[in-house]
Amino acid sequence: MAEQPAFDVPELKPYPVIPKLVEDTMAHSQPFVAKSDFQEPLGFPGERVDDWQDVAIKKMGELTDRYRSLQVFLDSCVKCGACTDKCHYYLGTTDPKNMPVARQDLFRKVYRRYYTFAGKYMPWLVDAEDLTEEVLDDWYKYFHQCSQCRRCSVYCPYGIDTAEISMAAREVMDSIGKGQKYCNEIIGKVHTIGNNLGLPEPALLDTLEGLEEEVEEDTGVAVKFPLDQKGADILLVTPSADFFAEPHVDGLIGYAKVLHEAGLSWTLSSHASEAANFGMFIGSYENMRKVALRIREAALDLGVKRIVFGECGHAWRVAYSFLNTLAGPFDFLDPRYPVPQHICEVTHGLIQEGRLRLDKSQNDGMVLTYHDSCNVARASRMGDIPGGQFEIPRAIIRASCNHFYDMPADTVREATYCCGGGGGLLTDDLIELRVKGALPRMEALQQVVEDHGVTHMAAICAICKSQFAKVLTYYGFQMDQIVSVHQLVSNAIILTGSEQEKEAELSEAA
Amino acid sequence: MDAASLALTFLYYGATLVLVLGLALRIRRYATVPAPLKIPTTPAPISRTGVVLRMIRELTLFESLFKSNKWIWLFGWMFHFGLLLVLLRHLRYFTDPVWGWVAFLQPYGKYASLMMVIGLLGLWFRRLAVDRVRYISALSDHLMLALLIAIGVTGIAMTFAVGTDVVAVKAFFLGLMWFDWQTLPSDPLLYSHLILVALLMLVFPFSKLLHAPGMFFSPTRNQADNPREHRHVSAWALKLEKGNG
Ligand code: HEM
Ligand code: SF4
Ligand code: SF4
Repeated sequence: MAEQPAFDVPELKPYPVIPKLVEDTMAHSQPFVAKSDFQEPLGFPGERVDDWQDVAIKKMGELTDRYRSLQVFLDSCVKCGACTDKCHYYLGTTDPKNMPVARQDLFRKVYRRYYTFAGKYMPWLVDAEDLTEEVLDDWYKYFHQCSQCRRCSVYCPYGIDTAEISMAAREVMDSIGKGQKYCNEIIGKVHTIGNNLGLPEPALLDTLEGLEEEVEEDTGVAVKFPLDQKGADILLVTPSADFFAEPHVDGLIGYAKVLHEAGLSWTLSSHASEAANFGMFIGSYENMRKVALRIREAALDLGVKRIVFGECGHAWRVAYSFLNTLAGPFDFLDPRYPVPQHICEVTHGLIQEGRLRLDKSQNDGMVLTYHDSCNVARASRMGDIPGGQFEIPRAIIRASCNHFYDMPADTVREATYCCGGGGGLLTDDLIELRVKGALPRMEALQQVVEDHGVTHMAAICAICKSQFAKVLTYYGFQMDQIVSVHQLVSNAIILTGSEQEKEAELSEAA
Repeated sequence: MDAASLALTFLYYGATLVLVLGLALRIRRYATVPAPLKIPTTPAPISRTGVVLRMIRELTLFESLFKSNKWIWLFGWMFHFGLLLVLLRHLRYFTDPVWGWVAFLQPYGKYASLMMVIGLLGLWFRRLAVDRVRYISALSDHLMLALLIAIGVTGIAMTFAVGTDVVAVKAFFLGLMWFDWQTLPSDPLLYSHLILVALLMLVFPFSKLLHAPGMFFSPTRNQADNPREHRHVSAWALKLEKGNG
């Protein structure tokens, strides 16, 4: 549990108060460092290398040669301060190094020292600094207090995205042997087993059979959860948390019901049994690509025609924005469908075509709101028009529920706050940070609870769901107040031949 | 021609060279470093035309900044728009005959300098007064504002208060352009103004003023949101694919 006393949930004021900064409130927060067993399989040194400063500085130069974003962002910031109050970690912790620009400056001051004229000859003028032990400590701490949510990027006049700097900093740290245990251990598991949780094929099969039984018991319909089925039309790639975590698994049941009802042939893959791609969190193109290639391999091996992703935020960013780059071209798939598609796009399309029957009253026990996951909102799209990533999930919720209210406008859609656990921070060694970082979202939730009697918050991200299930309780909410969007669909859907269908017919006849 | 005028003549040649060359090298770098991944901040336009419109809105209206912070936006926009008008107004020192629209701008440009300085003072006030902005400010951030304000104030003093021999100033700058060097009236205010401007030109390519060219190269703003439709691969990533893919 967190060492800090429990947090009060402050009421949201009409004009949100920006906290005064208090230095070093989070200077003690850092995740466990990866041991060599987790470093080496990813191609990183097992321990901190002797000439780490030189290696790090050289790596920094390589990255500015590789990424225009990094190069331009390091040069362009004017210190206008517009981003300083935009990060949920600053708002929740008041630690000034959690202000996006200050976080960037931890990296920028070293860049300036070694790569700019002013920093080389007049470091005192531009706050340039040598890469010292203290600076590296700060990097490790504060680049693991950024969930790469891109909220700062929306508000910066040049679109400077602190996530890009965090990724670069983590890559530099990996290159000198100072990686983060949580991310690197997980990536290793994906490389060897195929998913973040390290679930081997037999365990998957077992879980899926259990789900089939459960659904048949509930509905009387034999909804299948196929695994490694060659010749299926759709490869469904979903975060491995969907296989048993709550409320994730209810979402998975929802996808299965939708695909079953629409008569679509689909399969999961044990080789690509993970939608998430933590390679992005550590900024490693190579690792990200290696993880992404598993999906291509599975698609080729199973001979599918389409690829669909389950509910996951950063995963959808990598899928939507990067998959074609990393593992394309996908010219062997059916060209009538975008590659990849989001399960919400599929479900929404089916609803529009009238191919799903949804009984909204099944969700009458809940009053819902919707949490836009940061990377879906600001790093991807759904459907054909910009902003589809906001409208499509909401349209699905509205089609499945009678009671839906949005949270305040400055906390949703492109302005959404991260759940506090994204970007490779969803680990117990960072629980204090996670609780504090959730503050802005909790305030917004509290507001709709008060104004509209909202009881549940829906999300489409495995990290958001796990994070909220954990931190909601710190703010006086219940852990089951977070639900999957497809859980709502699952509750409402009337499967052909199901008990629910019979009931519905009876009540219509009566 | 006196020694002071000659010194200023060479100062301006030097400053121009540094500015133009420095900027050109920097822009070449921004243009040649690859952008291997599609990272527009969404919702983003899905077509090139949409991107051009987004960029125009960012450049002229500071759209993102407007969403972000109304005070910074107000002061920042006053400063930049003022600066733009002032710069355009200064074209009259470099053109003969003066272009019609530049002549038309003269009366507005005069007041734009006031707007510019008020904006700068507002920005500096925030930098000193708001704890978050003070925290992120380096000495160079304060000095940059001081420099711009000093340029503005010396200019305003000449325009509105003491005046200077603008005909001679124009002769001096046309002389620079056509390598027919002229003497500058020995007016301390004018010299201060011109030396400060040369200083600004000299620091431009080495400072945060690179935000001006940088803005055009920011991938989060200048990329179209079409990764599923068009495969986007950088040269180094292609090499990686060839290597082990
Ligand atoms: C392409 C043209 C330019 C654009 C779009 C642009 C845009 C911006 C924006 C959006 C800001 C942040 C808001 C603010 O603090 O004002 C800014 C800051 C700044 N700009 Fe520009 N700018 C441009 C050219 C210039 C030029 C030519 C100069 C100087 C000669 C300049 C000097 C500054 C300074 C000093 C700041 C920081 C102000 C502060 O300390 O708060 N800009 N610019
Ligand atoms: S990306 Fe998100 S977490 Fe990181 S600095 Fe920006 S707002 Fe904060
Ligand atoms: S908003 Fe952008 S330019 Fe302004 S301080 Fe933040 S990162 Fe720098």
